[in-house]
Amino acid sequence: MKHKIWRAALGGLFGAALLANAAGAEPLAVKVGVMRAPHTRETISILDTPAPDDTLAGALLGAEDNNTTGKFTNQSFDVRDVKIAADGDAAKAAADLAAQGVKLVIADLPADKFLAAVDAGKAAGMIFFNASATDESLREENCRANAFHTAPSRAMLADGLAQYLVWKQWKKWLLIKGSHPEDELLAQAYRESARKFGAKIVEERTYTDTGGGRRSDSGSIQTQRQMPVLTQQAPSYDVLIAADESDVFGLYLPYRTWDARPVAGSGGLVPTSWDPAHEQWGALQLQNRFMKSFNRTMRARDAQAWTAMRMIGEAATRTASADPQKIAAFLTGPDFALAAFKGERLTLRSWNHQLRQPILLSDGRTIVSVSPQEGFLHQTSALDTLGKDKPETKCVLK
Amino acid sequence: MRSQMIRALLVSATIVGCAPAHANMAYVTNEKGNTVTIIDTTKLEAIKTFKVGQRPRGVALSKDGTQLFVCAGDDDIIQIFDTKTLEQVGSLSSGPDPELLVISPDGGTIYVSNENDNLVSMIDAKTRQTIGTIPVGVEPEGMAVSPDGKTIVNTSETTNMAHFIDPATKKIVANVLVDARPRFAEFKKDGSELWVSSEVGGTVSVIDPATHSVKTKIRFEIPGLAKEAIQPVGIRISRDGKTAFVALGPANRVAVVDAETKKVEKMLLVGQRVWQLAFTPDEKLLLTTNGVSNDVSVIDVAERKVVKSIPAGSFPWGVAIAPQ
Repeated sequence: MKHKIWRAALGGLFGAALLANAAGAEPLAVKVGVMRAPHTRETISILDTPAPDDTLAGALLGAEDNNTTGKFTNQSFDVRDVKIAADGDAAKAAADLAAQGVKLVIADLPADKFLAAVDAGKAAGMIFFNASATDESLREENCRANAFHTAPSRAMLADGLAQYLVWKQWKKWLLIKGSHPEDELLAQAYRESARKFGAKIVEERTYTDTGGGRRSDSGSIQTQRQMPVLTQQAPSYDVLIAADESDVFGLYLPYRTWDARPVAGSGGLVPTSWDPAHEQWGALQLQNRFMKSFNRTMRARDAQAWTAMRMIGEAATRTASADPQKIAAFLTGPDFALAAFKGERLTLRSWNHQLRQPILLSDGRTIVSVSPQEGFLHQTSALDTLGKDKPETKCVLK
Repeated sequence: MRSQMIRALLVSATIVGCAPAHANMAYVTNEKGNTVTIIDTTKLEAIKTFKVGQRPRGVALSKDGTQLFVCAGDDDIIQIFDTKTLEQVGSLSSGPDPELLVISPDGGTIYVSNENDNLVSMIDAKTRQTIGTIPVGVEPEGMAVSPDGKTIVNTSETTNMAHFIDPATKKIVANVLVDARPRFAEFKKDGSELWVSSEVGGTVSVIDPATHSVKTKIRFEIPGLAKEAIQPVGIRISRDGKTAFVALGPANRVAVVDAETKKVEKMLLVGQRVWQLAFTPDEKLLLTTNGVSNDVSVIDVAERKVVKSIPAGSFPWGVAIAPQ
């Protein structure tokens, strides 16, 4: 992993030396910190076990792409990987980065740590890109002028799924949520989506996490008996929505429900910003580059970090500057548009710095559909039918 | 199959008279069909479909029209077909996933963009050997050759630049920043301007090849359509340099632009996700490939009207029309 960081850095230096006179510009070194806290390895599917270079790999690939461009603009991008323990001090880590002159940060942190880092870095003029936290609060009451979000929010993900289900005329939902606070936040996003797009939640149930590990040698035997019990005697419904951010039961639901019904949300049809199966609009090229560099598939957090690094790269190219304030001004200005293999330009919501983006709906093997769906209209951008819109925001940037 | 072929041969023989058998023929690559559809541009109908490699996209004809080059991206190869027999007569090892190619005005050199390697390859058309590679930006895509053959241009989709390359020295001479995801580049026939489409940016940049600077940007607006849906890809400019046509992708329209004033004059509704364009040699007609609707629209250039749509294979992508 370390050698890859070096390679990204070296690529930049090599490129800069190669074309220094061709570009004619002063060499510019852009330092980007990646702050990341660990994600649980307790996942239902071993396919979802976070890789050691989770998130970081996306940032490194973004830096490599930026460095290829940097050969022509005399700019180089390098990555400082900062790991923060689960009980670590994100504010101090941010201050340390600032002391090293690193004022652009891609963050893979839970909401509270992200906010602590953002506030600690404000005085030093740091800006932060949230590449993982889906919390509405970071875009709403706790929004910050020096924070940008490449991760979609829970509301955007829920709306992306809801539009498709409504388009399918699957409007009667059975909602089963987990027992953790973030599961309730996700359930709330689905309730709001149902209201917004005219679906009906026929009943809500809670699956209580009684603890214990996910791995066992004969787990499927019990699961096969538990899930029908959980889903029996439900009122008539079209689709079961699982709100299980803690990865406790959602993936167990498909094929095991009492009634023969499709599952969506945290299992079955899953809304996401990126999936290893996404190949449209040139995405295959990015998937290939990622696989070649890191010998694994690209996941949502990787893509969100890549996107953040490309936002930094675009802004640095266009403004010929690594100054966080100039980069922030470009990203919030009228000329920013990012090509990120989603079939259309991605731009920022000026009111809360959330990146507008289509939501992929993945069944784990293929992309079933991409929202916004046809027919969901908006006066400025169809992408603003996903998530909280300007008139309803509580965000006051400061 | 055989009767089809005989019919095709008969048809082409009767139409073209003394002209070579391949004239008045448009070759359309079908990205998902793994086929090429041949359209008779006199009768305006598809006369034959033949199998090619996997995921065919970029397509070009040799200067004499006897050979058809097809970029078969998923086979990592450029196939060469004899346009008379439609037999494959050779291939070029293009590097991985070739997407677009152009041929030098003298017919001697083929230029290919290799998306995965961030390279432009130069291939000798006679020996079929690679004679040079030039490192460019991330995901090289669009390729153009200046009318005098002295400048090659490549656009890189993620770097967002048009790279000007001197084929003699095999070096980049200038890099011009354009809007996001540049897909296609086209010179005016007098070499005075280079037009570059930015699919995601939604614009066409008009570049002065002498100063390597963007002179103006053409923007497109369609009432009732979201700006994100306007995604310029293919560009063709008439020989007299007066009129340009720009394919707008999922906007399902081709824009007619006054190539002198750069004013968008008309929008022509064609099939869905219009990608690439080609003039007939007399420039009376312009053909468009419409990926999602599986057809080709025919535009009457003088009337600026869509006169016909012709069913093609699955996901028509590129089009090349035989010279007279």
